[in-house]
Amino acid sequence: MDASAQTMNTNRESTVVTNAPHIKMKGEKVNVFYGEKQALFDVDLEVPEHQVTALIGPSGCGKSTFLRCLNRMNDIIDICQVKGNITLDKTDIYDSSVDVVELRARVGMVFQKPNPFPKSIFENVAYGPKIHGLARNKTELEEIVVESLQKAGLFEEVKDRLEEPGTGLSGGQQQRLCIARAIAVSPEVILMDEPCSALDPIATAKVEELIDELRQNFTIVIVTHSMQQAARVSQRTAFFHLGMLVEEGVTDEIFTNPTDKRTQDYITGRFG
Amino acid sequence: MTDSTQPSRPTSGRKTIGEAMKSSLKSRYAAEKRFQAYGIIAIALGLIFLGLLFYSIISRGYTAFEQTIIDLPVDLPRAEFSVDGQVTDEAISKANYSKIVREAIVKTVGADLSNRGEVRKVLELVSREASNQIRNFVAENPDAIGTTQIIPVLARGDVDSLMKGQIRRDVDESRRQLDDQQLVWIDQLIEEGRLEKRFNTFIFTEGPSSRAESSGIAVAVMGSAFMMGVVLLLALPIGVAASIYLEEFAPKNRWTDLIEVNINNLAAVPSIVYGILGLAVFINYAGLPRSSAIVGGLVLTLMTLPTIIIATRAALRAVPPSIREAALGVGASKNQAVFHHVLPLAAPGVMTGTIIGLAQALGETAPLLMIGMVAFVNDFPTSPWSPATAVPVQIFLWANSAERAFVERTSAAIIILLVFLICMNALAVFLRRRFEQRW
Amino acid sequence: MTTGLLLSVIIVLMVAAFLYSRTRAVQLVAGNVKKLHSRPTYHGSFGALLIGFPLVVVMLFWMIAEPIYLNNIVHGQMPDTVNALTDSERGLIESQVRSIANGLTLLDAPERRQVSEGLVDTRALLAEKGVPLGSDVQRYMVAAADTYLERQGLSRTLRVGVLVLVALLAGFYLVRNLTPELRARNLVELAVRIALITASSIAILTTIGIVLSMLSETIRFFNMVPLSNFFLGTVWDPRFANVGSGTEVGQYGLIPLLWGTVLISLIALMVAVPIGLFAAIYMAEYASNRVRNTAKPLLEILAGIPTIVYGFFALVTVGPFFRDFGATLGLDVSARSALTAGVVMGIMIIPFISSLSDDIITSVPRAMREGSLGLGATKSETIRRVVLPAALPGIVGAILLAASRAIGETMIVVLAAGVAPNLTANPLEAVTTVTVKIVSQLTGDTEFTSPQTLVAFALGLTLFTMTLILNIYALYIVRKYREQYD
Repeated sequence: MDASAQTMNTNRESTVVTNAPHIKMKGEKVNVFYGEKQALFDVDLEVPEHQVTALIGPSGCGKSTFLRCLNRMNDIIDICQVKGNITLDKTDIYDSSVDVVELRARVGMVFQKPNPFPKSIFENVAYGPKIHGLARNKTELEEIVVESLQKAGLFEEVKDRLEEPGTGLSGGQQQRLCIARAIAVSPEVILMDEPCSALDPIATAKVEELIDELRQNFTIVIVTHSMQQAARVSQRTAFFHLGMLVEEGVTDEIFTNPTDKRTQDYITGRFG
Repeated sequence: MTDSTQPSRPTSGRKTIGEAMKSSLKSRYAAEKRFQAYGIIAIALGLIFLGLLFYSIISRGYTAFEQTIIDLPVDLPRAEFSVDGQVTDEAISKANYSKIVREAIVKTVGADLSNRGEVRKVLELVSREASNQIRNFVAENPDAIGTTQIIPVLARGDVDSLMKGQIRRDVDESRRQLDDQQLVWIDQLIEEGRLEKRFNTFIFTEGPSSRAESSGIAVAVMGSAFMMGVVLLLALPIGVAASIYLEEFAPKNRWTDLIEVNINNLAAVPSIVYGILGLAVFINYAGLPRSSAIVGGLVLTLMTLPTIIIATRAALRAVPPSIREAALGVGASKNQAVFHHVLPLAAPGVMTGTIIGLAQALGETAPLLMIGMVAFVNDFPTSPWSPATAVPVQIFLWANSAERAFVERTSAAIIILLVFLICMNALAVFLRRRFEQRW
Repeated sequence: MTTGLLLSVIIVLMVAAFLYSRTRAVQLVAGNVKKLHSRPTYHGSFGALLIGFPLVVVMLFWMIAEPIYLNNIVHGQMPDTVNALTDSERGLIESQVRSIANGLTLLDAPERRQVSEGLVDTRALLAEKGVPLGSDVQRYMVAAADTYLERQGLSRTLRVGVLVLVALLAGFYLVRNLTPELRARNLVELAVRIALITASSIAILTTIGIVLSMLSETIRFFNMVPLSNFFLGTVWDPRFANVGSGTEVGQYGLIPLLWGTVLISLIALMVAVPIGLFAAIYMAEYASNRVRNTAKPLLEILAGIPTIVYGFFALVTVGPFFRDFGATLGLDVSARSALTAGVVMGIMIIPFISSLSDDIITSVPRAMREGSLGLGATKSETIRRVVLPAALPGIVGAILLAASRAIGETMIVVLAAGVAPNLTANPLEAVTTVTVKIVSQLTGDTEFTSPQTLVAFALGLTLFTMTLILNIYALYIVRKYREQYD
């Protein structure tokens, strides 16, 4: 605990957020059902802009489900039903006027297991800009790709082999490639579903560092299994348990002074 | 960091996501719709082809299940059936039935027996099979000799086609198979209630015949049944044994790899190649009788084995390892674990695979042509070693006959074959649904 | 003793051996079966196998060897006039001799003597006994039949003798070796294992059988016809030799047949690939479970319909339709054409492509789709740009397998493609294929000495090789593809 508290403190010092930040996304009374089974119960959560919000909790608590509601990835599961209100910049994203393709372009996602497409590194990153028509010509496309790879901290490692398949990279590199792929579309929000769970500690450290940098340009919501990780990278933390949002607030406070007994039990390792 | 509310992309001049979306979203959704439509069209086309196929066969074939019959009053004068006044079996079998038929039909329609042209035309109403029918009738009812009996006999194929509307009355006489006088007689017979369509039993009870109206598929069904028996007896045990070895015992090495590749390949070898194999090995080398059900069965067995092996292996693989471990854990030998636990659990899958393999074998034609099953066989096979024919081969032979009435017969035989196949597949689906276990 | 009776005796012996061994095993340990290495039943099975297996081997040996031996005897008895006849005629006579021999066994002694001395109409006499003969009986046939019967009797007696000897030896061995320590279970399981291995090697034997049977006849064919005539010839005319070529064997140009096969297969693929692929995509990616569960089995019916039915469909429905339709457009379409056969074959192979492609598309990991959808791609963009490229090797494999199916298909082309070889690119004309020619050269009267018949084996080997290469390559890439996502 000591070591992680240390990192947590240093992190906070460098990233203090002033004023009341703009609320980028907001969920109100979100209920999710998988067929008969209810997975989320009345979740209310605000995601402030340019901050990292961490969702933590034991497995099966609904944190991933909530994350996937934020860019409607649950739509592709037939039996899944979402009730309640989720807004992006005050627009209800489940409103019929909202286009899911556009939404997902604005709210990008990085998955648990790195899932590069079976194409070259270049094509992986260029995929989003291509389908959305973001680049007017080849030079622009190259610019976007290079820029995104740079932002994802991968460019130096792969600049000589952009034409090689993305699946040939190491796990950590693959995940950063997926992050580059997500930011190439220049989304406003990036959702990350346990992005480091398949990575070794060194790769994890790199990705965490990256997340902290990305915060300047993007709003980030991250689901994580590791409390240390939440403490290291996030400014706000929400604790889920059995489909309910138990407690949320500034990361520091959640970890040092939780109000709910369940949160306390979880972060001190009594269950999870 | 200070202008934290600015859009994230700093470079100017490039399209932002919002702009890009506005301009392209509509066409992207149109492409999406088109793409989906292609899929629906593809499936619809597939189903339309299926429907057309069935429609084409059924619309041509259903009429064959009815057959035009004439209830002919036949005089059976004692003199015809007796030698020196004594009725004998030999006299019955050698009586002049053509004459009996001729007199009966001429009398019934009221034609002139002395007018040869007219007699010939009248005779064209009755099938040549009628003599045999009357002979069989007399042989079974010797008491009827000396009386007049109403005997149902087959009408000629053309009359049958007319009754089924396949020959049109409004066609000019010169291009019609039946002339006006014959139509008058036919109408007269219909009016008297002597000529009508009845359920066709011949197709189910008779063998092939050069006359469409009296040919059936019973002999072919019998041949197919013998072959299926051979296939079931050989392919099931061999297939299951081979699968058990490959799935449960075989070490993973070059040899089993080779067998694996081999089996997958055999499943895709053209069926006609198996026919050549059968011809060369079973007939030329082993000297088994040509066009016999045993050779057909052996060829089909080799052809069906890969199907059964692949299905059985899949079924065995679906049984979770925990079952084997549980059995081995209480001290069962590997054999006992497999035969007492794994195989019974895999049985429904094995059954399904076997039935599908059998169905495939039942419809196979090409290899049977190679082993001489195209011979004209009209005796019921009594053993797997006697000459036989099979339903699909019978269909092939009839399909090559030019006569109108044979098209109907062919379609009817196809309908019967398809009914068999549908029943077998339905049984397979039923077994799968009923006993399938999800682990 | 007849074969059936002997088999029954063997079964009885096996049951006896089973019961004896089981009881004996229990006796040996005075009822305390725990002292036995294996359960008593295994001792019993061991006994039954020990007795049964050698006896069955002897029976099998006789079953295979005796007819060969007896046929040689009959063969040797034939007078020169018969030996001068063609193979098939001589075969008929020899089988007549076998029938006579069977008939003779039904006669009593005086009748038998009359037959041998030629005093009665043997054909009528045997017909009376229920043995119909195809033609009249000659004296030499009766003599041959007598020899046949005599040798058969000898062989049967010898068989009984060998069986008794083997049974005694096995029984003696069993009594000597049945001890409580006998590892009966292991031995029985070994026997089962050997049986299983034998069964699984039948697959290999089949392939070897296919290759060897066709190879030997093919070699005989090429002894009569030069390789270049077959592989490079552009004329197929087995009956007549090329004028001036100096050979009398006819022309066996493979190329026109191969071309017909390829043309029809290409047409079939042009029908089946788009339909099958789009159907697979729709079923895998768009269709609700209900649509999928209905459409998929319905489409698969297409693969379950016997090819003869497709052939008939092509012959009576599709062919005339194309001909009439062509006529309205002023095109001359023959009733049997490459187009008809190709389209109908295409319909048949739709499910081969759709089912396998469906499996392959479904096995593209979900993460791949989510990655694309998560970037805001539409479903069709995801499919076209991510799923299909990922699934491409598997789909190519599926198409190759379908192509191999099309190349080897027989009944559709026999009924719908035509019989005249035709080197044309016009799909509206009749062409013929390798399979059609195999059928036409091998049906009817066949003599295995003429190149006209033997060419069918060369064609068969060509066909087998082509499909083998396609299959192995296709199965290899499908397998590699599957492993990638396991």
